[in-house]
Amino acid sequence: MTKQKLVIVGNGMAPGRMLENLFEKDRDAYEVTIFNAEPRVNYNRLMLSPVLSGEKTYEDIITHGDDWYADHGVTLHKGARISGIDRQAKTVTSETGITASYDKLVIATGSSPFIIPLPGKDLDGVLTYRDLDDVEKMLGAAKRAGRAVVIGGGLLGLEAAAGLKMQGMDVTVLHLMPTLMERQLDPAAGFLLEAEFKSRGIDVRTKANSHEILGDDAGRVRGIRLDDGTEIAASIIVMAVGIRPSADLARAVGLEVNRGVLVGDDMRTSDPDIFSLGECVEHRGMCYGLVAPLYEMAGVIADNLLGGSSEYTGSVTATKLKVTGVDLYSAGDFSEGDDREEIVLRDASAGVYKRIVLKDNKIVGAVLYGETSDGPWFFDLLKKGTDVSDMRETLIFGQAYQGGAPLDPTAAVAALPDDAEICGCNGVCKGKIVATIKEKGLTSLDGVRAHTKASNSCGTCMGLVEQLMQVTLGDAYNPAAVTPMCGCTHLGHDDVRRLIKSKELKSIPAVMQELEWTTSGGCAKCRPALNYYLVSDWPDEYADDYQSRFINERVHANIQKDGTYSVVPRMWGGMTSSKELRAIADVVDKFNIPAVKCTGGQRIDMLGIRKEDLPAVWADLGKAGFVSGQAYAKGLRTVKTCVGTDWCRFGTQDSTGLGIKLEKFMWGSWTPAKLKMAVSGCPRNCAEATCKDIGIICVDSGYEIHFAGAAGLDIKGTEVLGMVKTEDEAIEHVAALAQMYREQGHYLERIYKWAKRIGLDEIRRQIMDDEAMRKAYFDRFVFSQKFAQVDPWSERVSGKDKHEFKPMAVLTKEAAE
Amino acid sequence: MTADIRNWVHIGTLEDIPREGARCVKNGDMTIAVFRTAKDDVFALEDKCPHKNGPLSQGIVHDGCVTCPLHNWVISLETGAAQGADEGRTAAFPVRLEDGRILIDLSYSHEAV
Repeated sequence: MTKQKLVIVGNGMAPGRMLENLFEKDRDAYEVTIFNAEPRVNYNRLMLSPVLSGEKTYEDIITHGDDWYADHGVTLHKGARISGIDRQAKTVTSETGITASYDKLVIATGSSPFIIPLPGKDLDGVLTYRDLDDVEKMLGAAKRAGRAVVIGGGLLGLEAAAGLKMQGMDVTVLHLMPTLMERQLDPAAGFLLEAEFKSRGIDVRTKANSHEILGDDAGRVRGIRLDDGTEIAASIIVMAVGIRPSADLARAVGLEVNRGVLVGDDMRTSDPDIFSLGECVEHRGMCYGLVAPLYEMAGVIADNLLGGSSEYTGSVTATKLKVTGVDLYSAGDFSEGDDREEIVLRDASAGVYKRIVLKDNKIVGAVLYGETSDGPWFFDLLKKGTDVSDMRETLIFGQAYQGGAPLDPTAAVAALPDDAEICGCNGVCKGKIVATIKEKGLTSLDGVRAHTKASNSCGTCMGLVEQLMQVTLGDAYNPAAVTPMCGCTHLGHDDVRRLIKSKELKSIPAVMQELEWTTSGGCAKCRPALNYYLVSDWPDEYADDYQSRFINERVHANIQKDGTYSVVPRMWGGMTSSKELRAIADVVDKFNIPAVKCTGGQRIDMLGIRKEDLPAVWADLGKAGFVSGQAYAKGLRTVKTCVGTDWCRFGTQDSTGLGIKLEKFMWGSWTPAKLKMAVSGCPRNCAEATCKDIGIICVDSGYEIHFAGAAGLDIKGTEVLGMVKTEDEAIEHVAALAQMYREQGHYLERIYKWAKRIGLDEIRRQIMDDEAMRKAYFDRFVFSQKFAQVDPWSERVSGKDKHEFKPMAVLTKEAAE
Repeated sequence: MTADIRNWVHIGTLEDIPREGARCVKNGDMTIAVFRTAKDDVFALEDKCPHKNGPLSQGIVHDGCVTCPLHNWVISLETGAAQGADEGRTAAFPVRLEDGRILIDLSYSHEAV
């Protein structure tokens, strides 16, 4: 019987596996000829990263050497790129002039790296990361040291970055998205990965958009410029932003091609005698870049070449990052959905994050970081569609831990280093508390307070001290129950605030990971709270997350019941002028604003403005000198004043002037809940300062500072903080008080509730009696204001957050039907 | 194959919507809120809370849901159903993502039952 002729275009891993499968089934069915554009035998492309990092050599990763081809009677043409296929005559011809005829043809042309069309992309020193030639070029560059910039924080880019770093280069990774490997990882795991790379000395920049590659006179790369103008000097640039199927040959000979070569479930192209597999194909709308699907396709083709009727129905894929020392595994689909449930395990001390996504009691996705040994087990349950309801409770702990113990709520505290500060008021660290408990044999909170002073002042660290006692004393101690912030954590507000400071957590994903949040992305309760805590604690470093703010603070106006907004411009101390009133009247007319009202805080409110009109309204108000009145903010609202010594026959001080000074000093500051103030010029108190969050009553001898009043849900007269003699002292005391509240208040907790929790005497002691403490609070307030006092209206008039104020699309009748 | 006739309309790209945010699409008198989650899934609901018609597009997006800005009802992005103890449902429209292009089908929705 004469052998049929099988020709294969391409010699990557997919056809290699296909031939192994074919020869296993029938050694003699085909006479095989391979054309390979690369001048090499078949090697394991997955292992390029260890070659780059120096952990393996090229010889180590060869899968089929010259001997294998000879033993199996396969003719291999190396360095012979196919230039044409004659489908009528059933022949292929290479650029080197070799022609071969076939009965069956397999196209396995693989993929090519995607090159971003940046200016300078053709400069010498711009590389991709795809085959051994690329690795050799990178190794050559590494010998000359200097900096490598890797564009792309996905699988390939990170492997390239880690390898180049191990070869001694300085490395910067530029990634367009906010978190690394966003296709395979959720933001929490992406955050851990970023922290790991940074700890290796790799400079990782997310949300970094490349603008231009810079070259020298000799046409060599000298650096890169980003959209924001940043320039980074570099001797090589590695583009690792993705791959595209190499389907040009198939397209040129008239096969059906979309993104890749189209194949059916039998892996045949639109020509029944031509098969295709690997990264060049598109099957049911999917193009694959991982090895597992390629191997499955190889098995199907091998069977069908021998007259079988196997079908390939698509693959669920799993990813593992091949960087030594980084354990990361991701499989399946872990997007959110109403019909899905998730199980999250975080272990901050060990740097572990695991997330399993379930649908109908079956695993549909898994992300593992730090500890991946159960990855294949989860993947197996996923592929088999095993019903996991019986092991739900212990599933996340892995195969070995079926029946394991529930999560330990004190783990986050146990993981703290000894020098982590637990009590901020008295400067007491974890080590001191634990040592004192052991030395003195303490068993009660009062005992710890007496011997260490921890939680002896404001008391906000009490929960943490109790958890430390539990960690140290075990079951012998049973702490009071803490009300958790929300359903995403077992920690209370105080615990979270202290841990943000002591662990120096500076982003929402960092807080959720390190404090072991039980959900992957938080909820509408904890996200705005965390955003405030981070803004308050790290004013210069934290990037405000607008998507975690309530709509009013996101669009700087107050939403009304019909979805329109109201706008309140700032009138310093309640003073206005004919020019300002005229501008307001003009805006009301121009935009047909249906209602105008005076507020309780001496301001003018314009109600019923359409969201789309907001930037134009602000632009007109801005021209008259108005800035945002922040009537929507959990922050400083208004300082109400009376006319004081300027006009009033009873006035004792310039209450209007002081009110304006306070407002100009304190506007823009964010606080746990809204902060309303007033200054009255005499004890007749026409500005109603004694029911405000902070109020001042002027008297002949100076200024009486009040706080913790309420005139809303609760009605409560203020408490007296103390008396001061000068305006400057009044401003210093008020700002210090506001800062103390900013640092200790729970999100949405008004100042009167905070004061009740902390104790009036303790607040008076810190602000009135302890000058050093007061000055420190004041200085921190002043520092924070440097970043807070930007008028949000003029920012938006200048184009910030444009997307907020206009629809994405307006559909016409024709388009919708 | 089902016999449904789908009518996909291209309304913009994924990049038009901030992560964990929403944008509106106007269709005559109706406004549709198009949401993008942290994982880049996209959902479309009529921009009306089943409670008091609050604009859901203005809410905080979290864990496959949006919290209405008016009275904190939590609505599923996928089905439009109110979560927890609240009862009600907002119309949800099918969405398709093709190479970052967002297509929605307004002729078809899981209406209030």
